[in-house]
Amino acid sequence: MSTAVERFDDGARARFGAHGRTFVRENELLRHPVYSRVLHWSVAAFFILALLSGLAIYTPWLYRVLTPLFGGGPMTRLLHPWFSLGFVAFFALQLLNWLQPMSWTPDDTRWMRRLKEYVANTDKLEPEYVDFFNAGQKLYFWAIVGSSVIFFISGVPMWFPRAFGRTTAAIGYVFHDLAALVMLVGFIVHIYEGTAAQPGTFHSMTRGTVEKRWAWTHHPAWYLHATGRQPQDDYEAAVRRQAGRSAEGGTPSMPG
Amino acid sequence: MPTGTLQVKAISGHSGTVPGAGVQRAEEICKYIDVTTCIGCKACEVACVEWNDMPFQQTTFDNTYQTMPSTAWNYWNLIKFNEHQREDGTLQWLMRKDQCMHCEDPGCLRACPADGAIVQYTNGIVDFQQENCIGCQYCVSGCPFDIPKFNSTTKKVYKCTLCSDRVGQGLEPACIKACPTGCLKFGTKADMRGLAEARARQLREHSGFVHAGVYDPPSVGGTHVIYVLHDITKPELYGGLPANPQIPVTYTAWKRVAKPIALLLSLFAAPVAFFHYISQGPKEPQPQPPGQEVPR
Repeated sequence: MSTAVERFDDGARARFGAHGRTFVRENELLRHPVYSRVLHWSVAAFFILALLSGLAIYTPWLYRVLTPLFGGGPMTRLLHPWFSLGFVAFFALQLLNWLQPMSWTPDDTRWMRRLKEYVANTDKLEPEYVDFFNAGQKLYFWAIVGSSVIFFISGVPMWFPRAFGRTTAAIGYVFHDLAALVMLVGFIVHIYEGTAAQPGTFHSMTRGTVEKRWAWTHHPAWYLHATGRQPQDDYEAAVRRQAGRSAEGGTPSMPG
Repeated sequence: MPTGTLQVKAISGHSGTVPGAGVQRAEEICKYIDVTTCIGCKACEVACVEWNDMPFQQTTFDNTYQTMPSTAWNYWNLIKFNEHQREDGTLQWLMRKDQCMHCEDPGCLRACPADGAIVQYTNGIVDFQQENCIGCQYCVSGCPFDIPKFNSTTKKVYKCTLCSDRVGQGLEPACIKACPTGCLKFGTKADMRGLAEARARQLREHSGFVHAGVYDPPSVGGTHVIYVLHDITKPELYGGLPANPQIPVTYTAWKRVAKPIALLLSLFAAPVAFFHYISQGPKEPQPQPPGQEVPR
Protein backbone atom coordinates (compact mmCIF):
# COMPACT_ATOMS: atom_id res chain seq x y z
CA MET A 1 0.00 0.00 0.00
CA SER A 2 2.75 2.39 0.93
CA THR A 3 4.37 1.85 -2.45
CA ALA A 4 1.12 2.81 -4.18
CA VAL A 5 0.98 5.97 -2.05
CA GLU A 6 4.61 6.74 -2.84
CA ARG A 7 4.02 6.22 -6.55
CA PHE A 8 0.99 8.54 -6.40
CA ASP A 9 2.92 11.20 -4.46
CA ASP A 10 5.97 11.00 -6.70
CA GLY A 11 3.78 11.32 -9.79
CA ALA A 12 1.93 14.32 -8.36
CA ARG A 13 5.16 16.03 -7.29
CA ALA A 14 6.65 15.47 -10.75
CA ARG A 15 3.56 16.83 -12.53
CA PHE A 16 3.31 19.90 -10.32
CA GLY A 17 7.06 20.45 -10.49
CA ALA A 18 6.90 20.40 -14.29
CA HIS A 19 4.32 23.21 -14.28
CA GLY A 20 5.87 25.28 -11.51
CA ARG A 21 9.22 26.84 -10.80
CA THR A 22 11.40 26.76 -7.72
CA PHE A 23 14.68 28.66 -7.82
CA VAL A 24 17.23 27.50 -5.29
CA ARG A 25 20.05 30.01 -4.70
CA GLU A 26 23.58 28.93 -3.84
CA ASN A 27 23.15 29.38 -0.10
CA GLU A 28 19.70 27.74 -0.09
CA LEU A 29 18.04 24.33 0.04
CA LEU A 30 14.75 23.17 -1.51
CA ARG A 31 12.32 22.58 1.34
CA HIS A 32 8.79 22.45 -0.08
CA PRO A 33 8.28 21.44 -3.74
CA VAL A 34 5.49 23.02 -5.82
CA TYR A 35 3.04 20.20 -5.01
CA SER A 36 3.38 20.66 -1.23
CA ARG A 37 3.03 24.42 -1.56
CA VAL A 38 -0.10 24.28 -3.73
CA LEU A 39 -1.68 21.76 -1.36
CA HIS A 40 -0.76 23.82 1.71
CA TRP A 41 -2.36 27.00 0.40
CA SER A 42 -5.44 25.18 -0.92
CA VAL A 43 -5.92 23.63 2.51
CA ALA A 44 -5.31 27.04 4.10
CA ALA A 45 -7.87 28.82 1.90
CA PHE A 46 -10.61 26.30 2.58
CA PHE A 47 -9.69 26.15 6.25
CA ILE A 48 -10.05 29.90 6.68
CA LEU A 49 -13.37 29.92 4.79
CA ALA A 50 -14.67 27.02 6.90
CA LEU A 51 -13.38 28.65 10.09
CA LEU A 52 -15.03 32.02 9.43
CA SER A 53 -18.33 30.53 8.25
CA GLY A 54 -18.26 28.13 11.21
CA LEU A 55 -17.52 30.84 13.78
CA ALA A 56 -20.47 32.83 12.39
CA ILE A 57 -22.78 30.04 13.48
CA TYR A 58 -20.73 29.19 16.57
CA THR A 59 -21.86 32.09 18.71
CA PRO A 60 -24.43 34.92 18.47
CA TRP A 61 -21.63 37.38 19.26
CA LEU A 62 -20.00 36.67 15.89
CA TYR A 63 -23.13 35.96 13.81
CA ARG A 64 -23.81 39.54 12.71
CA VAL A 65 -20.09 40.20 12.17
CA LEU A 66 -19.24 37.20 10.02
CA THR A 67 -22.36 36.19 8.08
CA PRO A 68 -22.19 39.22 5.71
CA LEU A 69 -18.86 37.88 4.42
CA PHE A 70 -20.70 34.98 2.86
CA GLY A 71 -23.86 36.76 1.74
CA GLY A 72 -25.97 36.35 4.87
CA GLY A 73 -26.93 33.63 7.31
CA PRO A 74 -28.60 31.13 4.96
CA MET A 75 -25.69 31.34 2.49
CA THR A 76 -23.20 30.87 5.34
CA ARG A 77 -25.03 27.73 6.45
CA LEU A 78 -25.21 26.48 2.87
CA LEU A 79 -21.52 27.06 2.10
CA HIS A 80 -19.91 25.91 5.36
CA PRO A 81 -20.11 22.15 4.68
CA TRP A 82 -18.80 22.65 1.15
CA PHE A 83 -15.83 24.70 2.38
CA SER A 84 -15.18 21.88 4.83
CA LEU A 85 -15.31 19.24 2.11
CA GLY A 86 -12.77 21.27 0.13
CA PHE A 87 -10.57 21.40 3.19
CA VAL A 88 -10.88 17.66 3.83
CA ALA A 89 -10.18 16.80 0.18
CA PHE A 90 -6.98 18.85 -0.08
CA PHE A 91 -5.83 17.86 3.38
CA ALA A 92 -6.27 14.18 2.50
CA LEU A 93 -3.79 14.70 -0.36
CA GLN A 94 -1.41 16.53 1.98
CA LEU A 95 -1.74 13.63 4.43
CA LEU A 96 -0.54 11.22 1.74
CA ASN A 97 2.15 13.67 0.67
CA TRP A 98 3.57 14.07 4.19
CA LEU A 99 2.77 10.66 5.67
CA GLN A 100 6.44 9.68 5.82
CA PRO A 101 8.06 12.89 7.21
CA MET A 102 5.16 13.35 9.67
CA SER A 103 5.40 9.88 11.24
CA TRP A 104 6.13 10.03 14.95
CA THR A 105 9.51 8.74 16.19
CA PRO A 106 11.11 8.30 19.65
CA ASP A 107 13.12 11.46 18.89
CA ASP A 108 9.84 13.40 18.79
CA THR A 109 8.97 12.20 22.29
CA ARG A 110 12.43 13.43 23.36
CA TRP A 111 11.72 16.78 21.68
CA MET A 112 8.39 17.16 23.49
CA ARG A 113 10.17 16.82 26.82
CA ARG A 114 12.22 19.92 26.05
CA LEU A 115 9.22 21.93 24.83
CA LYS A 116 9.83 24.47 27.60
CA GLU A 117 13.35 25.16 26.34
CA TYR A 118 12.00 25.46 22.79
CA VAL A 119 9.40 28.06 23.82
CA ALA A 120 11.92 30.00 25.93
CA ASN A 121 14.45 30.11 23.02
CA THR A 122 17.07 28.64 25.38
CA ASP A 123 19.23 26.99 22.71
CA LYS A 124 20.62 28.65 19.60
CA LEU A 125 20.36 25.44 17.57
CA GLU A 126 17.74 22.73 17.62
CA PRO A 127 18.90 19.28 18.85
CA GLU A 128 20.80 17.29 16.22
CA TYR A 129 17.96 14.74 15.87
CA VAL A 130 15.32 17.19 14.56
CA ASP A 131 14.47 16.03 11.04
CA PHE A 132 12.30 17.50 8.26
CA PHE A 133 9.50 18.31 10.74
CA ASN A 134 9.92 18.81 14.47
CA ALA A 135 7.57 17.23 17.01
CA GLY A 136 5.54 20.44 17.36
CA GLN A 137 4.79 20.49 13.66
CA LYS A 138 3.89 16.81 13.77
CA LEU A 139 1.61 17.38 16.74
CA TYR A 140 -0.25 20.10 14.84
CA PHE A 141 -0.47 17.89 11.76
CA TRP A 142 -1.92 14.92 13.63
CA ALA A 143 -4.26 17.20 15.60
CA ILE A 144 -5.65 18.32 12.24
CA VAL A 145 -6.05 14.70 11.15
CA GLY A 146 -7.88 13.84 14.39
CA SER A 147 -10.02 16.98 14.29
CA SER A 148 -10.92 16.39 10.65
CA VAL A 149 -12.17 12.91 11.47
CA ILE A 150 -14.26 14.30 14.35
CA PHE A 151 -15.48 17.16 12.14
CA PHE A 152 -16.56 14.71 9.49
CA ILE A 153 -18.26 12.20 11.78
CA SER A 154 -20.15 14.88 13.70
CA GLY A 155 -20.66 17.16 10.71
CA VAL A 156 -22.55 14.81 8.42
CA PRO A 157 -25.47 14.38 10.89
CA MET A 158 -25.49 18.17 11.36
CA TRP A 159 -25.69 18.58 7.60
CA PHE A 160 -28.53 16.07 7.22
CA PRO A 161 -30.16 16.01 10.68
CA ARG A 162 -33.38 14.36 9.55
CA ALA A 163 -31.51 11.27 8.42
CA PHE A 164 -29.70 10.84 11.75
CA GLY A 165 -32.17 11.94 14.39
CA ARG A 166 -32.53 14.61 17.00
CA THR A 167 -29.99 13.38 19.56
CA THR A 168 -27.18 12.75 17.09
CA ALA A 169 -27.22 16.34 15.88
CA ALA A 170 -27.57 17.78 19.40
CA ILE A 171 -24.59 15.78 20.72
CA GLY A 172 -22.58 15.87 17.51
CA TYR A 173 -22.28 19.62 17.49
CA VAL A 174 -20.45 19.66 20.83
CA PHE A 175 -17.72 17.46 19.34
CA HIS A 176 -17.74 19.68 16.25
CA ASP A 177 -17.10 22.69 18.53
CA LEU A 178 -14.33 20.96 20.47
CA ALA A 179 -12.54 19.94 17.27
CA ALA A 180 -12.87 23.52 16.02
CA LEU A 181 -11.33 24.93 19.20
CA VAL A 182 -8.37 22.55 18.99
CA MET A 183 -7.86 23.60 15.37
CA LEU A 184 -8.21 27.29 16.23
CA VAL A 185 -5.50 27.18 18.90
CA GLY A 186 -3.25 25.14 16.59
CA PHE A 187 -3.92 27.56 13.74
CA ILE A 188 -2.96 30.63 15.79
CA VAL A 189 0.27 28.97 16.97
CA HIS A 190 0.94 27.76 13.41
CA ILE A 191 0.65 31.26 11.95
CA TYR A 192 2.97 32.66 14.61
CA GLU A 193 5.58 29.91 14.23
CA GLY A 194 5.38 30.14 10.44
CA THR A 195 5.90 33.89 10.27
CA ALA A 196 7.24 36.11 13.05
CA ALA A 197 8.64 33.44 15.34
CA GLN A 198 11.10 32.03 12.81
CA PRO A 199 12.38 34.35 10.09
CA GLY A 200 12.78 32.47 6.81
CA THR A 201 10.03 29.94 7.47
CA PHE A 202 7.30 31.75 5.54
CA HIS A 203 9.51 31.82 2.44
CA SER A 204 9.76 28.02 2.54
CA MET A 205 6.01 27.82 1.95
CA THR A 206 5.78 30.63 -0.62
CA ARG A 207 8.82 30.11 -2.88
CA GLY A 208 9.83 26.72 -1.53
CA THR A 209 13.39 27.39 -0.36
CA VAL A 210 15.20 28.10 2.90
CA GLU A 211 18.70 29.33 3.63
CA LYS A 212 21.18 26.65 4.67
CA ARG A 213 21.62 28.62 7.91
CA TRP A 214 17.90 28.17 8.55
CA ALA A 215 18.14 24.44 7.87
CA TRP A 216 21.01 23.69 10.26
CA THR A 217 19.45 25.93 12.90
CA HIS A 218 15.95 24.47 12.92
CA HIS A 219 16.22 21.02 11.29
CA PRO A 220 19.81 19.70 11.65
CA ALA A 221 19.01 16.07 10.81
CA TRP A 222 17.21 17.18 7.63
CA TYR A 223 20.27 19.31 6.74
CA LEU A 224 22.43 16.21 7.10
CA HIS A 225 20.13 14.16 4.83
CA ALA A 226 19.68 16.92 2.26
CA THR A 227 23.34 17.93 1.91
CA GLY A 228 25.30 14.98 3.29
CA ARG A 229 27.23 17.45 5.44
CA GLN A 230 27.41 17.74 9.23
CA PRO A 231 25.20 20.65 10.38
CA GLN A 232 27.38 21.33 13.43
CA ASP A 233 30.57 21.55 11.31
CA ASP A 234 28.97 23.89 8.79
CA TYR A 235 27.53 26.03 11.55
CA GLU A 236 30.93 26.35 13.24
CA ALA A 237 32.57 27.15 9.91
CA ALA A 238 30.01 29.91 9.40
CA VAL A 239 30.72 31.26 12.88
CA ARG A 240 34.48 31.31 12.08
CA ARG A 241 33.88 33.03 8.73
CA GLN A 242 31.81 35.67 10.47
CA ALA A 243 34.44 36.17 13.19
CA GLY A 244 37.10 36.52 10.47
CA ARG A 245 35.06 39.12 8.63
CA SER A 246 34.56 41.25 11.71
CA ALA A 247 38.31 40.94 12.59
CA GLU A 248 39.36 42.16 9.11
CA GLY A 249 37.32 45.28 8.67
CA GLY A 250 34.54 45.01 11.13
CA THR A 251 36.19 46.93 13.98
CA PRO A 252 35.45 50.62 13.50
CA SER A 253 38.67 52.59 13.05
CA MET A 254 39.31 55.51 15.32
CA PRO A 255 38.72 58.85 13.66
CA GLY A 256 41.76 61.01 12.86
CA MET B 1 -56.63 39.04 25.95
CA PRO B 2 -53.92 41.42 24.66
CA THR B 3 -54.93 43.81 21.94
CA GLY B 4 -51.69 45.80 21.74
CA THR B 5 -48.74 45.16 19.45
CA LEU B 6 -46.79 41.99 20.17
CA GLN B 7 -43.82 42.78 22.42
CA VAL B 8 -40.62 40.79 21.94
CA LYS B 9 -39.27 38.99 25.00
CA ALA B 10 -36.45 36.83 23.62
CA ILE B 11 -34.65 36.59 20.27
CA SER B 12 -32.67 33.60 19.04
CA GLY B 13 -28.94 33.93 18.31
CA HIS B 14 -29.03 37.53 19.50
CA SER B 15 -26.09 39.18 21.23
CA GLY B 16 -26.87 41.86 23.77
CA THR B 17 -30.17 43.00 25.17
CA VAL B 18 -33.54 42.51 23.53
CA PRO B 19 -34.84 45.84 22.20
CA GLY B 20 -38.11 46.87 23.77
CA ALA B 21 -38.16 44.05 26.32
CA GLY B 22 -40.29 44.91 29.33
CA VAL B 23 -41.49 48.23 27.93
CA GLN B 24 -45.09 47.08 27.99
CA ARG B 25 -46.67 44.59 30.29
CA ALA B 26 -48.61 41.91 28.46
CA GLU B 27 -50.85 39.16 29.72
CA GLU B 28 -49.51 35.69 29.06
CA ILE B 29 -51.89 33.91 26.76
CA CYS B 30 -52.69 30.22 26.69
CA LYS B 31 -54.46 27.63 24.62
CA TYR B 32 -56.56 25.19 26.65
CA ILE B 33 -57.13 21.72 25.19
CA ASP B 34 -59.46 19.33 26.97
CA VAL B 35 -58.71 15.97 25.33
CA THR B 36 -61.62 14.41 27.23
CA THR B 37 -64.20 16.35 25.21
CA CYS B 38 -62.41 16.28 21.85
CA ILE B 39 -64.45 14.33 19.29
CA GLY B 40 -61.73 14.20 16.64
CA CYS B 41 -63.69 16.19 14.07
CA LYS B 42 -60.53 17.87 12.71
CA ALA B 43 -62.24 21.23 12.33
CA CYS B 44 -59.15 22.75 13.95
CA GLU B 45 -56.92 21.09 11.34
CA VAL B 46 -58.97 22.58 8.52
CA ALA B 47 -59.15 26.00 10.17
CA CYS B 48 -55.36 26.00 10.60
CA VAL B 49 -54.68 25.11 6.99
CA GLU B 50 -57.23 27.68 5.78
CA TRP B 51 -56.14 30.60 7.94
CA ASN B 52 -52.46 30.04 7.24
CA ASP B 53 -53.22 29.53 3.54
CA MET B 54 -51.25 26.31 3.31
CA PRO B 55 -51.16 24.22 0.16
CA PHE B 56 -52.47 20.78 0.97
CA GLN B 57 -50.19 17.89 0.26
CA GLN B 58 -50.70 14.22 -0.45
CA THR B 59 -50.64 12.22 2.77
CA THR B 60 -50.16 8.64 3.86
CA PHE B 61 -52.96 6.41 5.08
CA ASP B 62 -51.80 4.15 7.89
CA ASN B 63 -55.10 2.55 8.95
CA THR B 64 -55.91 5.18 11.56
CA TYR B 65 -58.17 8.19 11.57
CA GLN B 66 -55.12 10.41 11.71
CA THR B 67 -54.71 12.75 8.71
CA MET B 68 -50.97 12.00 8.48
CA PRO B 69 -48.34 10.34 10.69
CA SER B 70 -46.99 13.60 12.10
CA THR B 71 -47.26 17.35 11.65
CA ALA B 72 -45.56 18.74 8.54
CA TRP B 73 -43.97 22.03 7.50
CA ASN B 74 -47.34 23.02 6.00
CA TYR B 75 -49.56 21.12 8.46
CA TRP B 76 -49.11 22.55 11.94
CA ASN B 77 -52.13 21.14 13.70
CA LEU B 78 -52.83 17.42 13.79
CA ILE B 79 -55.24 15.34 15.87
CA LYS B 80 -53.40 12.25 17.04
CA PHE B 81 -55.66 9.21 17.38
CA ASN B 82 -54.57 6.50 19.79
CA GLU B 83 -56.45 3.35 20.73
CA HIS B 84 -55.58 2.39 24.29
CA GLN B 85 -56.64 -0.80 26.00
CA ARG B 86 -57.05 -0.33 29.73
CA GLU B 87 -56.17 -2.95 32.34
CA ASP B 88 -59.78 -4.07 32.61
CA GLY B 89 -59.84 -4.76 28.86
CA THR B 90 -62.00 -1.82 27.89
CA LEU B 91 -61.01 0.47 25.06
CA GLN B 92 -60.15 4.11 25.32
CA TRP B 93 -59.95 6.16 22.15
CA LEU B 94 -57.60 9.01 22.87
CA MET B 95 -57.54 12.07 20.64
CA ARG B 96 -55.01 14.80 21.17
CA LYS B 97 -54.56 17.96 19.18
CA ASP B 98 -50.82 18.06 18.48
CA GLN B 99 -49.14 21.39 17.72
CA CYS B 100 -46.42 23.67 19.03
CA MET B 101 -46.59 23.91 22.83
CA HIS B 102 -45.14 27.45 22.96
CA CYS B 103 -42.85 26.61 25.88
CA GLU B 104 -41.94 29.30 28.36
CA ASP B 105 -38.33 28.05 27.97
CA PRO B 106 -38.29 27.12 24.28
CA GLY B 107 -35.70 24.51 23.24
CA CYS B 108 -35.92 25.69 19.61
CA LEU B 109 -35.01 29.25 20.56
CA ARG B 110 -32.15 28.08 22.77
CA ALA B 111 -30.77 25.92 19.97
CA CYS B 112 -31.12 28.48 17.16
CA PRO B 113 -27.84 30.18 16.10
CA ALA B 114 -29.43 32.67 13.69
CA ASP B 115 -30.10 36.18 14.93
CA GLY B 116 -33.84 36.80 14.99
CA ALA B 117 -34.94 33.55 13.36
CA ILE B 118 -37.02 32.68 16.43
CA VAL B 119 -38.66 35.24 18.68
CA GLN B 120 -40.63 34.84 21.86
CA TYR B 121 -43.24 37.47 22.63
CA THR B 122 -44.04 38.63 26.12
CA ASN B 123 -47.46 37.01 25.76
CA GLY B 124 -45.72 33.64 25.45
CA ILE B 125 -45.98 32.99 21.71
CA VAL B 126 -42.84 31.49 20.16
CA ASP B 127 -42.71 32.44 16.50
CA PHE B 128 -40.36 31.55 13.64
CA GLN B 129 -39.24 34.37 11.36
CA GLN B 130 -38.43 32.54 8.15
CA GLU B 131 -36.59 35.48 6.56
CA ASN B 132 -33.91 35.11 9.24
CA CYS B 133 -33.89 31.29 9.29
CA ILE B 134 -30.68 29.75 7.92
CA GLY B 135 -32.08 26.22 7.67
CA CYS B 136 -29.58 24.59 10.02
CA GLN B 137 -32.37 22.67 11.80
CA TYR B 138 -30.81 22.98 15.26
CA CYS B 139 -34.34 23.86 16.46
CA VAL B 140 -35.51 20.42 15.34
CA SER B 141 -33.01 18.78 17.69
CA GLY B 142 -33.70 21.34 20.44
CA CYS B 143 -37.48 20.75 20.56
CA PRO B 144 -38.67 18.05 22.99
CA PHE B 145 -42.03 17.81 21.18
CA ASP B 146 -40.77 17.19 17.62
CA ILE B 147 -42.60 20.24 16.26
CA PRO B 148 -40.36 22.28 13.90
CA LYS B 149 -40.47 20.85 10.38
CA PHE B 150 -37.99 21.55 7.59
CA ASN B 151 -38.98 22.40 4.04
CA SER B 152 -36.16 21.19 1.81
CA THR B 153 -37.24 23.44 -1.08
CA THR B 154 -37.25 26.74 0.81
CA LYS B 155 -34.56 25.52 3.25
CA LYS B 156 -36.56 27.00 6.13
CA VAL B 157 -38.25 25.55 9.21
CA TYR B 158 -41.94 26.08 9.95
CA LYS B 159 -44.34 25.47 12.83
CA CYS B 160 -47.53 26.67 14.51
CA THR B 161 -47.46 30.43 15.19
CA LEU B 162 -50.30 30.26 17.74
CA CYS B 163 -51.87 32.56 15.13
CA SER B 164 -49.66 35.42 16.30
CA ASP B 165 -51.12 37.48 13.46
CA ARG B 166 -54.64 36.97 14.86
CA VAL B 167 -53.69 37.22 18.52
CA GLY B 168 -51.84 40.49 17.85
CA GLN B 169 -55.15 41.87 16.58
CA GLY B 170 -57.09 40.66 19.60
CA LEU B 171 -58.56 37.58 17.91
CA GLU B 172 -58.40 33.99 19.08
CA PRO B 173 -56.34 31.44 17.12
CA ALA B 174 -58.08 29.87 14.11
CA CYS B 175 -58.23 26.39 15.67
CA ILE B 176 -60.01 27.75 18.74
CA LYS B 177 -62.55 29.60 16.62
CA ALA B 178 -63.37 26.43 14.68
CA CYS B 179 -63.81 24.03 17.61
CA PRO B 180 -67.47 22.91 17.86
CA THR B 181 -67.33 21.15 21.24
CA GLY B 182 -65.63 23.79 23.33
CA CYS B 183 -62.75 21.48 24.15
CA LEU B 184 -60.49 24.28 22.88
CA LYS B 185 -60.44 27.55 24.76
CA PHE B 186 -58.20 30.58 24.65
CA GLY B 187 -57.40 33.24 27.21
CA THR B 188 -54.80 34.27 29.75
CA LYS B 189 -52.48 31.64 31.17
CA ALA B 190 -53.90 32.15 34.67
CA ASP B 191 -57.50 31.81 33.52
CA MET B 192 -56.86 28.75 31.36
CA ARG B 193 -54.83 27.10 34.08
CA GLY B 194 -57.69 27.68 36.53
CA LEU B 195 -60.22 26.33 34.08
CA ALA B 196 -58.08 23.26 33.42
CA GLU B 197 -57.62 22.55 37.12
CA ALA B 198 -61.38 22.82 37.65
CA ARG B 199 -62.09 20.45 34.76
CA ALA B 200 -59.46 17.96 36.02
CA ARG B 201 -61.05 18.06 39.49
CA GLN B 202 -64.44 17.44 37.93
CA LEU B 203 -63.03 14.42 36.05
CA ARG B 204 -61.44 13.05 39.21
CA GLU B 205 -64.41 13.59 41.49
CA HIS B 206 -67.39 12.99 39.22
CA SER B 207 -66.28 10.99 36.18
CA GLY B 208 -64.08 8.33 37.73
CA PHE B 209 -60.83 9.43 36.12
CA VAL B 210 -58.86 9.38 39.37
CA HIS B 211 -55.57 10.31 37.65
CA ALA B 212 -56.98 13.20 35.63
CA GLY B 213 -54.75 16.25 35.61
CA VAL B 214 -53.30 19.22 33.76
CA TYR B 215 -50.30 18.87 31.44
CA ASP B 216 -48.19 22.02 31.83
CA PRO B 217 -44.66 20.57 32.10
CA PRO B 218 -42.41 22.55 34.48
CA SER B 219 -39.24 21.14 32.87
CA VAL B 220 -39.68 23.65 30.04
CA GLY B 221 -40.94 26.39 32.36
CA GLY B 222 -44.57 25.54 31.63
CA THR B 223 -46.21 25.79 28.22
CA HIS B 224 -48.65 28.18 26.60
CA VAL B 225 -50.67 25.24 25.35
CA ILE B 226 -52.01 23.09 28.20
CA TYR B 227 -53.90 19.81 28.14
CA VAL B 228 -56.46 18.28 30.44
CA LEU B 229 -55.68 14.55 30.35
CA HIS B 230 -57.71 11.58 31.64
CA ASP B 231 -54.48 10.18 33.05
CA ILE B 232 -51.73 12.69 33.80
CA THR B 233 -49.41 9.87 34.90
CA LYS B 234 -49.24 8.46 31.35
CA PRO B 235 -48.99 11.35 28.89
CA GLU B 236 -47.09 9.08 26.46
CA LEU B 237 -50.37 7.32 25.64
CA TYR B 238 -51.58 10.42 23.84
CA GLY B 239 -49.39 10.02 20.77
CA GLY B 240 -46.04 10.34 22.49
CA LEU B 241 -46.50 13.39 24.74
CA PRO B 242 -43.28 13.33 26.86
CA ALA B 243 -43.77 13.01 30.63
CA ASN B 244 -40.68 15.09 31.30
CA PRO B 245 -39.75 17.10 28.18
CA GLN B 246 -36.09 18.12 28.24
CA ILE B 247 -34.01 20.53 26.20
CA PRO B 248 -30.67 18.84 25.35
CA VAL B 249 -27.99 20.09 27.76
CA THR B 250 -25.84 20.91 24.74
CA TYR B 251 -28.22 23.79 24.01
CA THR B 252 -28.30 25.06 27.57
CA ALA B 253 -25.14 24.77 29.66
CA TRP B 254 -22.78 24.10 26.74
CA LYS B 255 -24.15 26.73 24.38
CA ARG B 256 -24.75 29.53 26.85
CA VAL B 257 -21.74 29.14 29.13
CA ALA B 258 -19.06 26.72 27.95
CA LYS B 259 -19.01 27.74 24.28
CA PRO B 260 -18.19 31.46 24.65
CA ILE B 261 -15.69 30.78 27.43
CA ALA B 262 -13.97 28.04 25.42
CA LEU B 263 -13.73 30.34 22.39
CA LEU B 264 -12.24 33.17 24.44
CA LEU B 265 -9.71 30.79 25.98
CA SER B 266 -8.75 29.54 22.52
CA LEU B 267 -8.37 33.05 21.12
CA PHE B 268 -6.12 33.81 24.08
CA ALA B 269 -3.42 32.00 22.06
CA ALA B 270 -3.14 35.13 19.89
CA PRO B 271 -2.05 37.60 22.61
CA VAL B 272 0.18 34.88 24.10
CA ALA B 273 1.95 34.51 20.73
CA PHE B 274 2.17 38.27 20.29
CA PHE B 275 3.72 38.92 23.66
CA HIS B 276 6.03 35.96 23.21
CA TYR B 277 7.40 37.75 20.16
CA ILE B 278 7.60 41.08 21.97
CA SER B 279 9.43 39.63 24.98
CA GLN B 280 11.37 36.61 23.66
CA GLY B 281 11.85 37.57 20.02
CA PRO B 282 12.23 35.22 17.09
CA LYS B 283 14.47 32.21 16.59
CA GLU B 284 16.95 33.65 14.08
CA PRO B 285 18.92 31.35 11.79
CA GLN B 286 22.38 30.95 13.31
CA PRO B 287 24.90 32.46 13.33
CA GLN B 288 23.27 35.82 13.76
CA PRO B 289 25.06 39.03 12.77
CA PRO B 290 27.53 40.07 15.47
CA GLY B 291 26.09 41.80 18.48
CA GLN B 292 25.33 41.04 22.08
CA GLU B 293 22.31 40.35 24.22
CA VAL B 294 21.49 42.96 26.81
CA PRO B 295 19.82 42.01 30.08
CA ARG B 296 16.72 44.18 29.74
